[in-house]
Amino acid sequence: MIGVRKFFVRRCLLIASSLFSLPAAAEMKLNLPTPAATITQEIFDLHMLTAYVATIIMVIVTAIILYALIKFRKSAGFEADLEFNHSWFGRWSWVLVPIIVLGIDFSIAGSATKTLQSVETYDDSDVTVKVIGSQWKWTYEYMDDGIKIVSNLNKNIPEDNDLYLRDVDNPLVLPVNRRIRFLHTATDVLHAWWVPEIAYKKDSIPGYINETWTVVEKEGTYRGQCAENCGTGHAFMPIVVEVVSEDKYDEWVNGQKVAMAAADAEARADKTWTLAELMDRGEKVYATNCTACHQANGEGIPNVFPGLKGSKIVMADMAAHLDMVIHGSKANPVMAAWGKQLNDLELAAVITYERNAWGNDTGETVQPSDIKSAR
Amino acid sequence: MSEVATHDDHHDHVPSGIGRWLFSTNHKDIGTMYLIFSLVMLFLGGASAMVMRMELFFPGLQIVDPDTFNNLVTNHALIMVFGVVMPAAAGMANWMIPIMIGAPDMALPRLNNLSFWLLPMAGIMLILSMVVSYLPGTGGQVNTGWTLYPPLSVQAGMGMDFVIFTIHILGISSILAAINIVTTIVNMRAPGMTWFKLPLFVWSWFFTGLLLIMIMPVLAGGVTMLLFDRHFGTAFFDAAGGGDPVLFQHLFWFFGHPEVYVLLLPSIGVLGLVIPTFSRKPLFAYKPLVWFMAMLTALGMVVWAHHQYTIGMSLGVTTYFMIGTILISIPVGMMLMSFIFTMWRGSMTFETPMLFGIAIILMFSFAGVTGVMLAVVPADLQYHDSYFVVAHFHYALIPGALFGLYAGVFYWLPKWTGHMYDEKLGKIFFWWTTIGFNVTFFPQHFSGLAGMPRRIVDYSPQFAEFNFISSVGAMAFGLSHLLFLYIIIKTIRGGEKAPDNPWEGSQIGTVGLEWNLPSPPPFHSFTTPPTIK
Amino acid sequence: MTTDDTYFIPEPSRWPIIAASGVFVLLFGFILYINNIGIGSMIGAVGILWIAYLFFGWFGAVIDENLKGDYGSQVGTSFRQGMFWFITSEVFFFLTFFGCLYYFRDITIPYLGGEGHLAKSNLLWEGFVATWPLIDLPDPTNYSPAKEAMGAGGIPLWNTIILLSSGGTITWAHWGLKKANKNQLVLGLIMTVVLGLIFFSLQAYEYFHAYSEMNLKLTSGIYGSMFYMLTGFHGLHVTIGTIMLIVITIRAMKDHFTEENHFAFEAVAWYWHFVDVVWIGLYFFVYWL
Ligand code: HEA
Ligand code: HEA
Ligand code: HEC
Ligand code: CUA
Ligand SMILES: [Cu+2]
Repeated sequence: MIGVRKFFVRRCLLIASSLFSLPAAAEMKLNLPTPAATITQEIFDLHMLTAYVATIIMVIVTAIILYALIKFRKSAGFEADLEFNHSWFGRWSWVLVPIIVLGIDFSIAGSATKTLQSVETYDDSDVTVKVIGSQWKWTYEYMDDGIKIVSNLNKNIPEDNDLYLRDVDNPLVLPVNRRIRFLHTATDVLHAWWVPEIAYKKDSIPGYINETWTVVEKEGTYRGQCAENCGTGHAFMPIVVEVVSEDKYDEWVNGQKVAMAAADAEARADKTWTLAELMDRGEKVYATNCTACHQANGEGIPNVFPGLKGSKIVMADMAAHLDMVIHGSKANPVMAAWGKQLNDLELAAVITYERNAWGNDTGETVQPSDIKSAR
Repeated sequence: MSEVATHDDHHDHVPSGIGRWLFSTNHKDIGTMYLIFSLVMLFLGGASAMVMRMELFFPGLQIVDPDTFNNLVTNHALIMVFGVVMPAAAGMANWMIPIMIGAPDMALPRLNNLSFWLLPMAGIMLILSMVVSYLPGTGGQVNTGWTLYPPLSVQAGMGMDFVIFTIHILGISSILAAINIVTTIVNMRAPGMTWFKLPLFVWSWFFTGLLLIMIMPVLAGGVTMLLFDRHFGTAFFDAAGGGDPVLFQHLFWFFGHPEVYVLLLPSIGVLGLVIPTFSRKPLFAYKPLVWFMAMLTALGMVVWAHHQYTIGMSLGVTTYFMIGTILISIPVGMMLMSFIFTMWRGSMTFETPMLFGIAIILMFSFAGVTGVMLAVVPADLQYHDSYFVVAHFHYALIPGALFGLYAGVFYWLPKWTGHMYDEKLGKIFFWWTTIGFNVTFFPQHFSGLAGMPRRIVDYSPQFAEFNFISSVGAMAFGLSHLLFLYIIIKTIRGGEKAPDNPWEGSQIGTVGLEWNLPSPPPFHSFTTPPTIK
Repeated sequence: MTTDDTYFIPEPSRWPIIAASGVFVLLFGFILYINNIGIGSMIGAVGILWIAYLFFGWFGAVIDENLKGDYGSQVGTSFRQGMFWFITSEVFFFLTFFGCLYYFRDITIPYLGGEGHLAKSNLLWEGFVATWPLIDLPDPTNYSPAKEAMGAGGIPLWNTIILLSSGGTITWAHWGLKKANKNQLVLGLIMTVVLGLIFFSLQAYEYFHAYSEMNLKLTSGIYGSMFYMLTGFHGLHVTIGTIMLIVITIRAMKDHFTEENHFAFEAVAWYWHFVDVVWIGLYFFVYWL
């Protein structure tokens, strides 16, 4: 209890002090972040327009009310003017006011429609990235280059660091000044990919594809978060985009391609893997794909995600284990069919890992060939 | 005429004991039960909000785990919307509409009691939905938010089934109540109480009732399909079988958007009585206002997809929904204008209901203009599902619905209880809640713009300051409700006797007959049809 | 408008609270039942009995009051208007499902089939062809696809004719009632009930046929889901309507109705016509087009 109180007091002081010290207060952003792409800039301008209109309307409304409050008080001796409702204004205001409001409405709608048209322009793009949301990670597929990246929350950042919940292991890398097309979809539930500076959001819907585009004009690192409630880990699915120069981008793409080819060759290689090799790889696969639910310690979350440590399926029934991981759970769609997302080697490795980590120690190995026949 | 009297003599005794409440066919008793129910629910829904705000005090996980948090979000919204605002508005309708229009009771008194008693049943079911997930083998909590979007809601555990049937029960209750109120208004007006003599509150409930009759069945259909997808293998929301998760969103918001006007309109109706009373001047542009309410009802039915701009609709459809939504500023703007120009050249005094009235006009206008900002599609692609939306809708819901009901409570407490409430405490309560409310929700506009998504249990320190202020405000706001409770209890238990008509200006303009009755009114108000000037 | 004839306020009544708790018990049992918890079906059965008891009791009380002549014309009007709004809400309930049908046929399935700009979704469903009725699903793994779709001829056509004629017979019965011709009234009602029962049996047969021979099931993907949802809810309403018809037939035999005072008859007739109209929509949009 004392710990809690100390924690509370410390936090309060910390935040209160930052509220009152000017430089920190200046950092409290009061507006959308400064856009770094053409389309977000256009949206930003529209946002400023509507925000100004909103402010002006509020100022006018407030002014009228304040004036009335001061002037037309009984305590100030003002008698109700019962004729006012029948004055010309009383008779015609119901036409007058709507016309004025209609005018404002149309001027807002006019600029909005223009911006909407640029949002909905689907020209040819230089790079197409398929953005796939899953519980709870992002997968990026570069459609032209065959590169695939899985991006997970970086869990090693302490709570008081500004990057807490805002950093990932593998960021999305994009070139500056090139037109990029995003295709959004999901594997399980709805998600929404949102990086305010460079990309507005469209939902990722399982079985459907949505499209957005952007041309980023400034190199840099941009951060965002999943913006559609996707369950337990919704708060823990950040997005990081590195926008780099075109040369650097090409270099990066080539590096990735080489690495992919190597991994692919390895997975195909007709080789029998040792337990240690599989454990080593399996740990990585597990960390990127499975920890979100089953947790790093394999204990899961009671009543929501089963623990794999000491689980019957994992310890004994090999066929059921393969089936569960490759084809997913029949009973609970939350446990996805990983056969669609991982290759044979990765599956073999992660299953081996599960059967030997956290004191499961069955000593069994699963080979890629086993996976192939179980598919 | 004498026949009426003799017939009614037979009823004149007030039933005693618990049976008076359980088996009631009296609109005032049922209204009272509605109001008490909603007060209890306010504390339940408020308590879940308090836990949420405590969790969000600082970055990091402190009090609840992510699923519990989102379960609280779900229940908070369902309780506040269906358990607090709608029952309170229905309670006021029950209490006031018959005595305003000179009817002896509601048109269908037994049905009326059924509408009420379904609510506690739904409340129990909603609580079960939360409790059941702690039993082993029932799956996770209902972590979807009140919108219940599939596929997440198809994944959720058994609690989801309880939520689905909660909504069914609430739906039946609302439809029956709406049928009853609309029928009462159409069929039970005293001779001479013509349509354009009706107090604005009656009009507002007429349109609210129509809305409910049209939208609740659609929600019921939607959650039924959800139930079938969960248990009977249908493919409504699954692309693999040819379905579409987005369809549920269309059904939900076909209900959900008109629903916000269901929450708003009764409060607008209350303001339509409060503002003229304390301005001592008839409601400005009463007739046009009624027509604009009709326009709001119609327009409100056809703009639902502005909650779904990010789902990828075609350009034409999106543009239609955008323009439709922006146009709603016309009828709502007219309502607020009516109120402002009622005050204009009036002779105002500032009792608690009037203070709420004025604050509502200001704060709800603000909600409205942020609403119009949200309606602009490209900008909404940035705002959507961020705290900016949370700020918008609390500004709409709390001033636009809840505070309007508070105004009604203070306005009618003397009539209901026969005692004057403590004006000084009332004013303290007003300032305390209003300031608390603004401190809570104003900063959320900024955290939203800075990029904080809604429905998250934990956030990065860059949002810490705004959330800190917001949580401090929420605690203050929450505590103010203890004073509210105290005022109400104190007024019920005693205090200065209220005259039949405690407000100087309440007989100005289109008024009902409620002020001609004693405070509190007799168990059976009108034994003979009253005459209307 | 209030008239100065007798105004009726019912005595305090225990039926509403029995109704509310009955609904709770029924649904609570049902939830347990669909989650495979043993006692669920039992609780559900209690709920059904509870509700049945309720309907007998409540409507019985109303009928008694009516026969005693407690109700003035205003109560009658209230009942009629209440029924009108109730049917309005039912209309919206069915509109929901018709709206869904439209949405699937004209928006999502073409989209899944690659229609629209860039044929985006077909990236995910390679080779899927949009058709209606949808037999070949995007991914049939979790479904049991149907062999064929429902045709518009045969039973559905007969059912249309039957239901339309039942609308005629009930109107004929109403004429009888207005002329105080009890024989015509009762005969018309009995014919209506019989037609309703025939409709019901044919529909049951059709379901059986669809399940066993066409493999068209609730789990056959969106076509099956939509088909059973629409026809199922309609069938449920036919069932309720038929029960109500039987009740008023018995009441008609007992001379409960007079030329002026026959709200129950009118309510049932309106309901029956509504069910009729829904069927026409169904026949048109589900079976035919
Ligand atoms: C009482 C409830 C209430 C009310 C009255 C409103 C009123 C309005 N709302 Fe709000 N809204 C909600 C409750 C409410 N809303 C809720 C609960 C949600 C979120 C639900 C969820 O996702 O969980 C929501 C979300 C929401 C969204 C979706 C945001 C998103 O998720 O991305 C949008 C978008 O268009 C919107 C718009 C509007 C508009 C245009 C109005 C209009 O009716 C406002 C009209 C009023 C005015 C405009 C002010 C007065 C007019 C003048 C002073 C005249 C001059 C004005 C102009 C010319 C602009 N609302
Ligand atoms: C009429 C509707 C209504 C009302 C009145 C409120 C009232 C409040 N709401 Fe709510 N809210 C919604 C409707 C409403 N809300 C909806 C629809 C959502 C969206 C849900 C979703 O995303 O699905 C939402 C979501 C929502 C969120 C966003 C959650 C998220 O996205 O993660 C937050 C966060 O701050 C919040 C806070 C509050 C607070 C602090 C109050 C306060 O006004 C509450 C004040 C009242 C009390 C507190 C009374 C009780 C008093 C006591 C219990 C005494 C004890 C006091 C203390 C312990 C201090 N609400
Ligand atoms: C989004 C959450 C999620 C992710 C990610 C996930 N799982 Fe699961 N997993 C589940 C759920 C939920 C179940 C329970 C399924 C059931 O009850 O049928 C489960 C069950 C299992 C089981 C069976 C355990 C038992 O004792 O019943 C195994 C083995 C398993 N998962 C392995 C994996 C592997 C390997 C990965 C990563 C490649 C993974 N899971 C990723 C949610 C997840
Ligand atoms: Cu993914 Cu939220
Ligand atoms: Cu809306």
